[in-house]
Amino acid sequence: MNTPNTLTVKNLKTHFFTKAGVVKAVDDVSFSVKPGEILGLVGESGSGKTVTGFSLIGLVDEPGRVVGGSILLNGDDLARKNEKQWRELRGKKIAMIFQDPMMTLNPVLRIDTQMIEAIQAHEKISKQAARERCREALVRVGIASPDERLTSYPHQFSGGMRQRVAIAIALLHEPDLIIADEPTTALDVTIQAQILYEVRKLCSETGMSLIWVTHDLAVISGLADRIAVMYAGRIVEQGSIDEVLDAPLHPYTKGLIESVPSRNKRGAKLYQIPGMTPSLLNLPAGCAFSSRCSAKQSDCLVATPEITQLGEERQVRCFHPVKQEEMA
Amino acid sequence: MQSGIVMIAMSVIVFFGVNVVGDPIDMLVAPDADQAEIERVIRDFGLDKPVWQQYTVFVSNAFKGDLGTSFIFGESALKLIVERMPATLELAFMALLMAIIIGIPLGLYAGLRPNAISSRLIMSGSILGFSLPTFWVGIMMIMLFAVMLDWVPATGRGDTISVLGMQVSFLTADGFSHIVLPALNLALLKISLVIRLTRAGVREVMHMDFIKFARAKGLSANRIVMVHLFKNIMIPVVTVLGLEFGSLIAFSVVTETIFAWPGMGKLLIDAIQQLDRPIIVAYLMIIVVLFVVINLIVDILYSILDPRVRLQDAAN
Repeated sequence: MNTPNTLTVKNLKTHFFTKAGVVKAVDDVSFSVKPGEILGLVGESGSGKTVTGFSLIGLVDEPGRVVGGSILLNGDDLARKNEKQWRELRGKKIAMIFQDPMMTLNPVLRIDTQMIEAIQAHEKISKQAARERCREALVRVGIASPDERLTSYPHQFSGGMRQRVAIAIALLHEPDLIIADEPTTALDVTIQAQILYEVRKLCSETGMSLIWVTHDLAVISGLADRIAVMYAGRIVEQGSIDEVLDAPLHPYTKGLIESVPSRNKRGAKLYQIPGMTPSLLNLPAGCAFSSRCSAKQSDCLVATPEITQLGEERQVRCFHPVKQEEMA
Repeated sequence: MQSGIVMIAMSVIVFFGVNVVGDPIDMLVAPDADQAEIERVIRDFGLDKPVWQQYTVFVSNAFKGDLGTSFIFGESALKLIVERMPATLELAFMALLMAIIIGIPLGLYAGLRPNAISSRLIMSGSILGFSLPTFWVGIMMIMLFAVMLDWVPATGRGDTISVLGMQVSFLTADGFSHIVLPALNLALLKISLVIRLTRAGVREVMHMDFIKFARAKGLSANRIVMVHLFKNIMIPVVTVLGLEFGSLIAFSVVTETIFAWPGMGKLLIDAIQQLDRPIIVAYLMIIVVLFVVINLIVDILYSILDPRVRLQDAAN
């Protein structure tokens, strides 16, 4: 297991400097991804998972800023890049797929314009050659009659097709890492399944690493190799997909798993985690999850739990991890 | 089809509206004319007939391309207006050009750097452009640039040369120096409008996912602004400029009066003062036609700019 990591994120901190105060959207986040590996980054809305994704590609919007930590992509620290160096990396070494395929393609530009410019941004290549590569990329993501599709506009595509085009654009330069920010959330279930299948196939074929940001544990369970659960800007639990889903250690992870509907729980009331994500502006002292936690004890309100390393890849950030016999 | 209805409705409103105000006979005949003289004039101009008959005569003549004969000049109203049209068109085009050349870059700048002091200056400047009355600004501009600094002449049109049968002045040095001030005066409001529209468009589009996606592709900032952003913000700008171009022509009256610019607007003002009904009616009809034509051009530009519009047309 000593293959070098594609990506190593250490103590990443992304803060938003708003008028109301500093919002620590990403606070001390560390994780790594190996070549060909798919990491699921899971959390509720506002847990910082999307901001983490944007931090990795240098696209955090004002007033947000990466204020600390390192992002090592094949040993190269991205946190120290200037805008010009970032531009050379984006699309080339790191690509991103966005949540809403209806919004990611420019409505007034043809598909070929939008694909060819992505190639020419990084390579000196003739329009003809670039076009040929675009064609191949479209075929690879399963788009029929690519020549005709290249001269179409985004509105002539369905949502699933647009997301395929976005994936094709992300694949153009065969990047080391793709960040996918809930790319199937806006699609219906059958299209979602097709896209998941194809993404998985492409990852294993090309050896790309993938970070799949989502709130949907069901999607992750069939896709990812490893999973990192985020809560209030921190990773609260991390480990291989089987370990985490079968034996969650953090009460939050356990709550998330229990709130996924399933056939076995038919008729029973679906579990909900009580309360809502705390405002990141003024987090309570102690563990951020304490106010919603069923296993809360007095020490949870005093100090923030540190990461406990359990085995090579397994870690949890909790004083009172779930004991396994409690899980039915 | 729609434009046909607009023109019929407009002709009715204009024709009957004009017939309600004042009695042109008082203006036309000498104060010492006797009753027989007055009645002869009334008959000559067809004013003895009831209004609806006058209207039917007007419409049937209009289809033959005759919009009536000026009471004052005794010439065809259409001919008088068309003679003056190049001057007004030239002024309006110049103003439109200024609105685009000055307005869009400033709006882009203010939109891309919303917090910079220079952007705030641009935005407050545009409020001034909106709120200061045209006639006052015009007079102040003459004061400053023509009288005190003596850079350009205050009034008139200057030398003209003929291009494609139209007399234009902006191609001669003298003519250009004459047109700059009135065009700027006319453009001021439109420049402010374009600045605000462009800025609003930039602010809106810059936050769209597709801009972020374009950045994620590694495109240069230049390419994103000039291609991805620009094409999107041009849609509202073209719409509004199209409509505003009509009003530039129709309401250049004030500017033309101040700068003694020999265009259609000045003709209209004189016609109104002298109750020269045929000129007023003919002028307004021409403006209606202009608006219809401009709207058509805007629709065509639309389909060039926005592929989504093209699809709808094909579906229909």
